[in-house]
Amino acid sequence: MAGKQEILEGAMAVGHAVARCRPEVVAAYPITPQTHITEELSQIVADGDLDAEFVKVESEFGAASVCLGASAAGARAYTATSSQGLILMSEVLWNMAGMRLPVVLACANRSLSAPLSIWCDHQDAEAIRDCGIIQLYAEDSQEACDMHVLAFKVAEDRRVLLPVMVNLDGFLLTHVFEPTELPDQELTDAFLGSYEAVLKLDVDNPATFGAFTEPDKCMEGRWMVHDACLRSLEVIQEASAEFEKVFGRASGGLLEKYKSDDAETILIAKGSICGTIKDVVDQARDEGVKVGLVRIKTYRPFPTRALLEAVKGAKQIAVLEKGGSFGAGGVMTPEVKEPLYDAGLQIPVSGFCICLGGREVHPDGIREIIDRASSGEKQTAYEYFRLKKELLPDLVPEA
Amino acid sequence: MFASDPYGVGASRYESEDAMTSKLLSVEKLSIGCVAPPGASLSNKTGAWRARRPIFKQKDCTGCRACEMVCPEGCVFGDPKQKQFDFDPDYCKGCGICAVECPVQDIDMVMEEK
Repeated sequence: MAGKQEILEGAMAVGHAVARCRPEVVAAYPITPQTHITEELSQIVADGDLDAEFVKVESEFGAASVCLGASAAGARAYTATSSQGLILMSEVLWNMAGMRLPVVLACANRSLSAPLSIWCDHQDAEAIRDCGIIQLYAEDSQEACDMHVLAFKVAEDRRVLLPVMVNLDGFLLTHVFEPTELPDQELTDAFLGSYEAVLKLDVDNPATFGAFTEPDKCMEGRWMVHDACLRSLEVIQEASAEFEKVFGRASGGLLEKYKSDDAETILIAKGSICGTIKDVVDQARDEGVKVGLVRIKTYRPFPTRALLEAVKGAKQIAVLEKGGSFGAGGVMTPEVKEPLYDAGLQIPVSGFCICLGGREVHPDGIREIIDRASSGEKQTAYEYFRLKKELLPDLVPEA
Repeated sequence: MFASDPYGVGASRYESEDAMTSKLLSVEKLSIGCVAPPGASLSNKTGAWRARRPIFKQKDCTGCRACEMVCPEGCVFGDPKQKQFDFDPDYCKGCGICAVECPVQDIDMVMEEK
């Protein structure tokens, strides 16, 4: 069933993949490094190749609001953004999830200001981690394309009805040309089916969306978002299995286990850095180091059970995060620790903050983390990896 | 109390509100997304967090309707001909704008005590 591979820029490929999902409304505001996705979509709409309304808005707040409104009116809606744009959308995104509107959006992951940086890390997506939006993370362009098809499938499933956000690393995926097989139009149509909104505004049957809810009911409304998010774990796996059957290639799922089954040291990460990690794992394996990678593909809902199953045999774990929570430590590191504690496992888990503001970690850096973890080094709470202390001013005057 | 139809619901305010409330209260289960029948803003009483309440003295009122027009909640009602206005405690948040704007100081704000 293998189709034609083309050499495509990641963002443009995603634009075409989204077009094949036939969204009826696309609203977006340009922001680096997302811009090429919606630029491509606007061209596709202008060329008459996609029967959609492309709404040019005044901000990302407007883009998200148009998508919320379009989805509430019964349309399949899509937007894409990055960094500050996602943060500007955030108020609307919480509403979208609470109103259970299956909008699909992409986040071309980029650092948050200040200091201003246009390069990749995951702090933008992590800042809206708790809003009830499903978050998928792609490793390469192909997966970024395929995950969009999956995203519509999962979002619109009646057991879910939540927005889904596909994360692809800014520049590292959006601006890189890779051999990519676009989702075949006929197969995509068959996979997604025609869209019928479950919840939609109807003048003949008026309803209020997102109404004020008294304390005696509001908590149940919020719990239903949590419950739907958890239910989506099963739906994501189902949809991924069906995707593989229909398209003939595996994409999606909760996580990927790479040489981790017999590994003593397991690295955990998400996004494009996993490509580099796999190369370093191969190299270390050749030298007899029993190391593996567990790649988080679905970050929200957090695949707690699958993760525990994948790492429970490890002697030590290192979590590599392109983010963190200032004043606390990591974001994903404590999430990895929690199920271990609940299962009564005392596997040391070290957290490493990497790549903030786009400072790449190359194979030697990954190897250093593997070697430090494998040497039985004491667990690291949360380390800003390779922090250049010589750049820091004297923060505290000497006594 | 007043025969006006501020929400355009086609009947006197209190009649329609009662009808709406009983309709909403009969819905025992939440729907997905908490989609509500129309009229949720009426059935949800939002005056509970008022710290001060207006007292419409109805002494020097000129019937200018300033209090009615400036109320952000639209919950001041009255009859300009009779120079009588009052507020709806179910929705009044006690902001006091009506008292500040009244040109003849015919509205006082007092502590809400229970």
